[in-house]
Amino acid sequence: MNSQNGDREAILGRVREALRVPAPLKHPAERSAGGEPTTAHFREWLPPVGPSLDEKFALFAKLSETLRSELIVCADLAQAAAEIASLSSAESWKTIALHRGGLLDKLAPLLPNNLAQLCVDGGYDKNALEACDAGITECELLVAQTGSVCVTSDNSGGRVLSVLPPHHIVIARQSQLVTDLTEAYESLAAKYRAHYPSMISFITGPSRTGDIERILVLGAHGPKRLTILLLP
Amino acid sequence: MSTLAEAPRDQFQTDANRTATDDVRRLAVRRALSNYQTARNRTGATFTDWKSARSAAATIKHEAVNHLDKYLEEFERKFTARGGKVFWASNSEQARNYILELAAARGVRSIVKSKAMTGEEIHLNPALLAAGYGVVESDLGEYIQQLKGEAPYHFVFPCMHLRRDEISDLFEKELGTAKTDNPEELTMIARRVLRRAYIDADMGISGGNFIVADTGMISITENEGNARLTVGIPKIHVALIGIEKVVPCLGDLALLLPMLATAGTGQHLTGYNSMYGGPRQPGETDGPEEFHVVLLDNHRTRLLADPEQRDALHCIRCGACLNVCPIFKNIGGHTYGTTYQGPIGSVITPHFRGLQDWKHLSGASSLCGACTETCPVGIDIHHHLLRNRRNAAQEKPAPGESLVWRMFAFLMRRPALYKFASRFAPLGSLLHPLIERTALDPVRAWTNTRDFPSAPLRSFRAQFKAHQAQKAAAISQNGGAK
Ligand code: SF4
Repeated sequence: MNSQNGDREAILGRVREALRVPAPLKHPAERSAGGEPTTAHFREWLPPVGPSLDEKFALFAKLSETLRSELIVCADLAQAAAEIASLSSAESWKTIALHRGGLLDKLAPLLPNNLAQLCVDGGYDKNALEACDAGITECELLVAQTGSVCVTSDNSGGRVLSVLPPHHIVIARQSQLVTDLTEAYESLAAKYRAHYPSMISFITGPSRTGDIERILVLGAHGPKRLTILLLP
Repeated sequence: MSTLAEAPRDQFQTDANRTATDDVRRLAVRRALSNYQTARNRTGATFTDWKSARSAAATIKHEAVNHLDKYLEEFERKFTARGGKVFWASNSEQARNYILELAAARGVRSIVKSKAMTGEEIHLNPALLAAGYGVVESDLGEYIQQLKGEAPYHFVFPCMHLRRDEISDLFEKELGTAKTDNPEELTMIARRVLRRAYIDADMGISGGNFIVADTGMISITENEGNARLTVGIPKIHVALIGIEKVVPCLGDLALLLPMLATAGTGQHLTGYNSMYGGPRQPGETDGPEEFHVVLLDNHRTRLLADPEQRDALHCIRCGACLNVCPIFKNIGGHTYGTTYQGPIGSVITPHFRGLQDWKHLSGASSLCGACTETCPVGIDIHHHLLRNRRNAAQEKPAPGESLVWRMFAFLMRRPALYKFASRFAPLGSLLHPLIERTALDPVRAWTNTRDFPSAPLRSFRAQFKAHQAQKAAAISQNGGAK
């Protein structure tokens, strides 16, 4: 182990030596994967979604329910703010954390005055963030096939905001709903090209565990509740 | 638990004998697995075509593993360009030392870990603890096992063998909390304790489920959010990953993540699937300043060099093969004595840690093929067990055993001799009880736990002949009556 990379050359040497004899492909797929530019054909085998927006929305709503995410369809930002206000009084929140963004910049002024706001942009105190009652973020996309919310470190307030406070509120527009992970990755690739954010995370329901007797418990380490406010 | 000095084979036998009769434990495991099975069946049924999806997944991994050098180099190039650091470790010691030196150089005091079987594999925790670092496992199951001072029981469900009252007792003893039989309350106890761990830690160590070559990322699958916190809050992130985890492109995950979730836990998608490409980038709010990926060989290249069994490196560690394995259900996870339990562990451990020492695992199989059937990447698991048996015998023949087989073959090829010899079987049955289960008993391994079937007085051939004669007689009688 003399170089900074460790045993790089030795390992690559062993790999190349080992690969001199080819291994048979035991399960030839209909189309060859790996290095292929499109992965759209995965769609033929995975759970079906349906092409129309209504079908996508119906599936997303159904999965949200089984996942115990709370999906609330809002007519406008004012209604979204009102939903947050009622969650806030129900759970007696004192402080919420959020980040700057196209939607949130418009939403933040509409939130109740007695609710303190911690904005994470430009750095934050981790103890203060931990003490917040809820985190509000935007998201990149919603995925119909899996009921997931896709957040990134670029557009959702960094890495921690969406996972440290006990209640995660996502604010999204219907146009952000995509069919499946394939479409999600394609859309991220189109948006970021070679400059991906340092984190892309597909959040599927509130934090959960089945480690004790495989019985479902929500809020293992991340949020106990996930609320999705969906704007037109 | 057996002592360390014991040979793996003896430890296996002792523990298997004990656990196979531990009804309480077996019931706990069965219950956990039946919850799993229901979920998996339900989700699996929503796939339009699971078999084709499996072939495609196998093809992706085949492409990656068979061009491992190319994809690892591509990953390294892309990842480094984004400010990440790659370290290549040939073995456990190199990997451990790298992490220890890094921690020392950065003045790290406490470390939080998310689930990493590679960490178990290289015995990372004991090394970190010995060097004076505080290390906390943050995955609930791993945390429970850490408190218990026990290795994980199953590489996906670390404490599936424990009942809630046992966990409650453990928490009471180690954390001083009140007794409860509510899984939710137990989870909340751990949540409270571990929150501090993330905030206080200077270094977060994770594993990784996939290495993505074309975008230079690693992907981590988890349900609890503990990995998100582990690699989000501390200022240094180290990911310890086996070199075989690579996939060619980010888009491949669109297939592999749902399959991993379905096979692993019966979910459509696991709670958090996160891809990390580098440390905090310019303009980002938070994230670690440094991100190190330790690529671990540790004898994986030995398995790679065997084209016949190379596909065992396609494994995405979903754990499904354990969940359906009748042997696992009976002997439990600890009996294997390995980092990776169950059928896939029995296949790969002999390659990683020595065929002769670990060949007994390949013998502990009914070869029912349930593992192969369930595997989301179509690994030929049970045939690999047979291949291990063959290789072990070729490498180190057992003269006694091969003599028996040669005698058997000799006899089978000579019908007259076979017929003559089988006349003595009833006599053998008569005399066998005299030596049964004694040192003289040639089939003692069998009779120790089972009855030896007694030979019938008339051979099958004799019975068949008599039966045919009877039938012929009946037909001729009927024919005569018409
Ligand atoms: S061998 Fe197949 S079934 Fe077993 S853990 Fe690996 S991927 Fe899952």
